Amino acid sequence: MTEVLLATPLEPLHRRLGARLVPFAGYAMPVQYPAGILAEHTQCRTKAALFDVSHMGQARVEGPAAAEALERATPADLVSLALGRQRYALLTTDAGGILDDAMIARLAEDRFFLVLNAARKEVDLARLRALLPSSVTLTPLEDRALIALQGPVAEAVLARAGAEEAVALPFLGVAETRVAGFPVLVSRSGYTGEDGFEISVAAEDAIALVEALLADPDVAPAGLGARDSLRLEAGLCLYGNDIDETTSPVEAGLVWTIGKRRRVDWDFPGAERIRRELDEGPARRRVGILPEGRQPARAGTEVLAADGTPIGTLTSGTFGPSVGGPIAMGYVASPFAGDATPVELSLRGRLVPARIHPLPFVPHRYKRSSRTS
Amino acid sequence: MSEMKFTKDHEWIRLDGDVATVGITDHAQTALGDVVFVELPEVGRIVTAGEACAVVESVKAASDIYAPISGKVVEVNHALSDNPGLVNTSPLADGWFFRLEPSDAAELEALMDETAYAAYLETL
Repeated sequence: MTEVLLATPLEPLHRRLGARLVPFAGYAMPVQYPAGILAEHTQCRTKAALFDVSHMGQARVEGPAAAEALERATPADLVSLALGRQRYALLTTDAGGILDDAMIARLAEDRFFLVLNAARKEVDLARLRALLPSSVTLTPLEDRALIALQGPVAEAVLARAGAEEAVALPFLGVAETRVAGFPVLVSRSGYTGEDGFEISVAAEDAIALVEALLADPDVAPAGLGARDSLRLEAGLCLYGNDIDETTSPVEAGLVWTIGKRRRVDWDFPGAERIRRELDEGPARRRVGILPEGRQPARAGTEVLAADGTPIGTLTSGTFGPSVGGPIAMGYVASPFAGDATPVELSLRGRLVPARIHPLPFVPHRYKRSSRTS
Repeated sequence: MSEMKFTKDHEWIRLDGDVATVGITDHAQTALGDVVFVELPEVGRIVTAGEACAVVESVKAASDIYAPISGKVVEVNHALSDNPGLVNTSPLADGWFFRLEPSDAAELEALMDETAYAAYLETL
């Protein structure tokens, strides 16, 4: 039986560009274009790569005290989030697991814009509907595409596309503006560790906008394959691999997403587990792992201590093109989580030496705000 | 030099005198994408037809390489350790994997020739 796959508004363009489309979270998505994953990865690290991420969920939340209402679902501080700013936030379960990770932007005092994982958007929307008061409306934005323009020259590309307002944004800034003449909602953010932008655009404008950006000689399309190697080098979590309903924000090393005020009031889902793990320390921690040699270690690989005791499992693993070798991420028992701790990986019946490595593997190059106040 | 033969798992094999060279086809390298690691069998290993005896890894995934015929591994392509991308750039020549001394060269007769392999690809 053939699975019926959804198509993003850009699918006809992907086919024209010669993309290899694969099923991902129910969508036919480009895993790579003819250039290949290594070239697309390098394109993003050196120039600018354009990704279709329209499979991700987009939603608007608005109504009186929308910030307080959204805080019922997340330990992030949204009340203090400034207008025109975006924050990485976890949606937590009542048991203290991670329901999803999301980008939440404040467009107005009582109007927020959410970007959710493709495979989790229905779960998230159901959770939000259950938690939000009736005075606050939740609107899924199904008629919009989402594209990511990432890389050190992404800013110059947008400048050439007449997007002065977008170019002026600091890291995690958000604006409703125009790019190449099309009305968009743009944020200075991404999932690659590079400077870049995520651009939400009406579905009917998506192909024309992407064609305008691809006309710039510094831009090339990149697929989900390069997106995965880029985000893993940047130490960023993939929901379903590195975080899920069983992992807590403390285990995952994502405590920085919990607002200070929230850690005084403990008024968010799962606060009990999260507070206990902060007090006592978690039993396991998410770490970066650098295998020796050239063989990639994949998700599911068992991690052993130097004496052969099982201490954890890899949750992501690939070849890092910018690192020039294999890289991985996983959970290990807390005593083994210190940087440079030697461990072993069970790879196809052989033990391969590896060590705990700080994240990210490749330094982030975000456009931090230079303001001094 | 004899003609190249092909398996349904997309290996090629070509007998030169007493020794057969094994690699993967252009179709296989295209499907795999950028190859970043190759694990080769030990020289001297005895393999039987259909046995997994090498591993090729792309950025995305690992795949087994199977012995097209039975025999003894007599040489491996060390160039792939430093430059696994040869599998992509030259799958039918410089990107070869290993060489076998066939235990029964008649096993080659059961494999597809180039025309049959091209027809097989059409069915996929």
